[in-house]
Amino acid sequence: MKTFSIGGVHPHDSKISANAAIESFPIPEVAYISMGQHLGAPAEPIVAPGDKVKVGQLIANANGFISAPVHSSVSGTVKGIETIFDLAGNPCKAVVINVEGDEWVETIDRSEKIEKEIKLDSKEIIEKIKECGIVGLGGATFPTNVKLSPPPGKKAEFLIINGAECEPYLTSDYRVLIEMPEQVLIGAAIMMKALNVTQGFIGIEENKPEAIRVMTEKAAGYPQIKIVKLKKKYPQGGEKQLIDAVVGRKVPSMGLPIDTGAVVQNVGTALAVYEAVQKNKPLFEGIMTITGECSPQQKNYRHRVGTPLSKMIEAVGGLPEAAAKVISGGPMMGKAISNLDAPTLKGSSSILFLTEEQTKRKEESNCIRCGKCIEACPMGLEPYLLNKLAKARRMDDLEANKIYDCIECGCCQFTCPAYIPLLGTIRLAKADVMKIMRSRPKK
Amino acid sequence: MKKLLVSPSPHIHGKENTRNLMRDVVIALLPTVAVSIYCFGLSALKLALVGVLACVAVEYVIAKYMLKTKVTVCDYSAVITGLLLALNVPINTPWWVLVIGSIVAIGVAKMTFGGLGQNLFNPALVGRVFLLISFPVIMTDWSTPASTFGFEFDGVSGATPLGIVKEGLAQGMTLSQIYAEHNFSYAEMLFTRIGSAGEISAIALLIGFVYLLVRRVIRPHITLSIWGTVIVFSGIMWLCNPEQFTDPIFNLLTGGMLLGSIFMATDYVTSPMEPKGMIIFGMGIGIITILIREFGAYPEGISFAILIMNATVPLINMFCKPKRFGKEAK
Amino acid sequence: MSTTIIFTVASLSILGLLLAVVLYFVAQKFKVEEDPRIDIVEAIMPGANCGGCGQAGCRAFAEACTKADNLDSLFCPVGGNATMKKVADALGFQVAEKAPMVAVVRCNGTCENRPKTNIYDGVATCAAKSALYSGDTGCRYGCVGCGDCVAVCNFGALSMDPHTGLPVVDEEKCTACGACTKACPKGIIELRNKGPKNRRVFVSCVSKDKGAVARKACKAACIGCGKCAKVCKFDAITVENNVAYIDFNKCKLCTKCVDECPTGAIHKVNFPPKPAAPAPAPAPAAEKPVENNNNQEK
Repeated sequence: MKTFSIGGVHPHDSKISANAAIESFPIPEVAYISMGQHLGAPAEPIVAPGDKVKVGQLIANANGFISAPVHSSVSGTVKGIETIFDLAGNPCKAVVINVEGDEWVETIDRSEKIEKEIKLDSKEIIEKIKECGIVGLGGATFPTNVKLSPPPGKKAEFLIINGAECEPYLTSDYRVLIEMPEQVLIGAAIMMKALNVTQGFIGIEENKPEAIRVMTEKAAGYPQIKIVKLKKKYPQGGEKQLIDAVVGRKVPSMGLPIDTGAVVQNVGTALAVYEAVQKNKPLFEGIMTITGECSPQQKNYRHRVGTPLSKMIEAVGGLPEAAAKVISGGPMMGKAISNLDAPTLKGSSSILFLTEEQTKRKEESNCIRCGKCIEACPMGLEPYLLNKLAKARRMDDLEANKIYDCIECGCCQFTCPAYIPLLGTIRLAKADVMKIMRSRPKK
Repeated sequence: MKKLLVSPSPHIHGKENTRNLMRDVVIALLPTVAVSIYCFGLSALKLALVGVLACVAVEYVIAKYMLKTKVTVCDYSAVITGLLLALNVPINTPWWVLVIGSIVAIGVAKMTFGGLGQNLFNPALVGRVFLLISFPVIMTDWSTPASTFGFEFDGVSGATPLGIVKEGLAQGMTLSQIYAEHNFSYAEMLFTRIGSAGEISAIALLIGFVYLLVRRVIRPHITLSIWGTVIVFSGIMWLCNPEQFTDPIFNLLTGGMLLGSIFMATDYVTSPMEPKGMIIFGMGIGIITILIREFGAYPEGISFAILIMNATVPLINMFCKPKRFGKEAK
Repeated sequence: MSTTIIFTVASLSILGLLLAVVLYFVAQKFKVEEDPRIDIVEAIMPGANCGGCGQAGCRAFAEACTKADNLDSLFCPVGGNATMKKVADALGFQVAEKAPMVAVVRCNGTCENRPKTNIYDGVATCAAKSALYSGDTGCRYGCVGCGDCVAVCNFGALSMDPHTGLPVVDEEKCTACGACTKACPKGIIELRNKGPKNRRVFVSCVSKDKGAVARKACKAACIGCGKCAKVCKFDAITVENNVAYIDFNKCKLCTKCVDECPTGAIHKVNFPPKPAAPAPAPAPAAEKPVENNNNQEK
């Protein structure tokens, strides 16, 4: 069975919400639609207080090349453009809408019918994806249209759909794969057409046999798309690791996936692309897992972007007594939430409750130089050394030891028997080193 | 309102921790300890207890009253040092000699460098070599204890196979003459009754090795590289002159080779961290050991070999980098 | 026996002599010509190598001094005026006296004033904490309390007060090298004039939040009301982005603003304790903080 070649760890997969079918989450009374839902410059609002908006209506324009437009996820009256606080407590601009009814823009096809035929050509598809504000839903929220337009001189050879979902607990991609397999496949086919490639892969980890079965069955109708069964290992869903696992090519140091001829997209993105291109529906909904051993209910919700997280937590019975940490995303790379009133974003994939016992950092002890971090690092780095150099602020040595290759997957810290917060230190030093490198004049 | 925890990712941690790893090493040593008790009786148990207690006590006293740092004796590292030291000395070593060894091992070789993880040399080996040089008579008296569980033992006294060979060769005998005189057999080497507690049973040591590998406590590189080097290097010399140089299997199974290669050379703190480095480290130990055994003044050389190679570890770590992901960007 | 001794001693002596000759020639060959004044100036320097002057260390500073045309742009904050005077004498320059400075912590978000809203459980450095999120209190401008400034101080002049959770500057030890001002990710620490008799008045808050938000997060926050600016006769106070700032070059230490501030965000230090004020006058301001003198710096 295929997997990536260096490092990796095996956290318990804890997919306890895997059997909860996707439910629609009730529309909130007030939606807070953030302008910073993607990587790059925040969108520029084009509505004014008092404006009536419909579901799917454009409310903010993309602001620059790496940016994405934002659409209303609800219908109602714009209350204002306010400063709200994101889940880390940092301020951001948001369009606040008082919800009235649920009136959709007429051009959106709301029928259940699966549209198989791809009518648009490559250019039109990319334009459509851009208009609909589709961003990568695997975590980085990079604008999809940019990723589907390889830079001049680079040629895409194949598309890889990331169905690995290697993070413990998360099940939103899994539910999409088994509930909407056809849509994902058509989404993949659309992106292949946009990229002008004839080969597509969908990588799924072995711990999701049902998804592999369903997808293999449905993929029979799409001879260009192959389902690849992957060994369960974290961080298989990392772009570089997935390309290595599926086609055995390695993205060069400081390089981009396109250097290997691969374009990687997430399962959720494939679904969003399908809905945008075939159903004319902009991205204003997301699939979210609410889970955790201490969570009273395990849910997979389809939510409208801008729903306050606190509303969703209330829906499963409120913040569990035992929960010590609430995480947006998976436990390996997700963000701890300090502000539960923050709204959901396009890229929100889960609310995870962890107990103090599961998550509280244990007391750090001396490094015993066991080398487990080196063994675990999927990029072949030496986290123990980077940690030491970072503490001594030796920037040149950090660069020589390729700190910039770190993908911040957390394997080193996960595996460290001395409980040293390796990634915490390395992440900061990496940012500093990258800053120094960028400030250097290019040759 | 409830105060939530906030921290950077990752938010979960694997099951491994320093204490469990160290405890696994102690467990892996238990078969050897058991065999030594079976062979040597309560004196072996006494030695093991003295070693462990002395090391733990020394670490506790130094950490608590001299350095005034956090006391970390619960992490089993001092227990390992004590056990290894006890397994490395002759069975009739007086308890106070072992205590001195423990003080040197923990006090000098470990705590002066800053405690766990900071030492350059393997503490147990520093302790052992200190004793070997300070108390040469005691440390090379391999006579077995007079009684085992009350039974009279057939009191083998004298030297280990390595010592016999060394002495024989020095007297101008050939190896075949020596072998004939002493009735050496390979079966005996797998379970000999002469030597320190940690040397007597190759099988028990190998069980420990398999346990460490299965529990993923250590990686096999160092041990296998030592064995491979010993076999190749001593094999070449043996083929050149089988009357002068001992054969590879003899070298592998006698003396502290197995104990050293499985438990001492693989000590996390004092060995390289990356596979290539581990192999170089192991090769160095193998070559130096055979050189000392064949040409040196001491019959056994693995302790010195490991200590010498310990000193090269920072250098090896600096030059042996793991295989990075992806090629260098142009 | 005796020949052994003689032979050993003789051979070692000859070896030593030979090596000494070799060393002499090597040293001659690789001799580096340097301005001898660098050594003189370096000897004057305090030798802290703190980098507070902007140079890599004391020797680099000495080198810069010998190369410079005048000493106007060079100042050793650690040695202060005395050292610069000596350097100037050694090199034949003139220097103007500079007013001594001291590091000032501009946050009064003590545990009491600024309640915690969550618990930080990551790497215990300010840099990591402030990069991650807005902090464990409602104020995202204030001190995050992990002591990066303490760690970076070469002179042991900073320490964390366990009761307030804020760093405390030891005025005696502080050399105003400025390392802490660079280490603080929130930019709370500022170098300010030490002031006559070490007396200073400053705004102990940098929160740019609007008044109500700032006040909600921290009882001692500057709410940007501008009362202090109005009462100041010397034009020393400006209010920008909802926070007041006192220009220490203009401030005449009249302390009117201290009494005026509704939240007690303006601190005065090293002033003699107020003579028991006639009670009736400032009646509404009864809850005005009186701990000003001892809270921040000692």
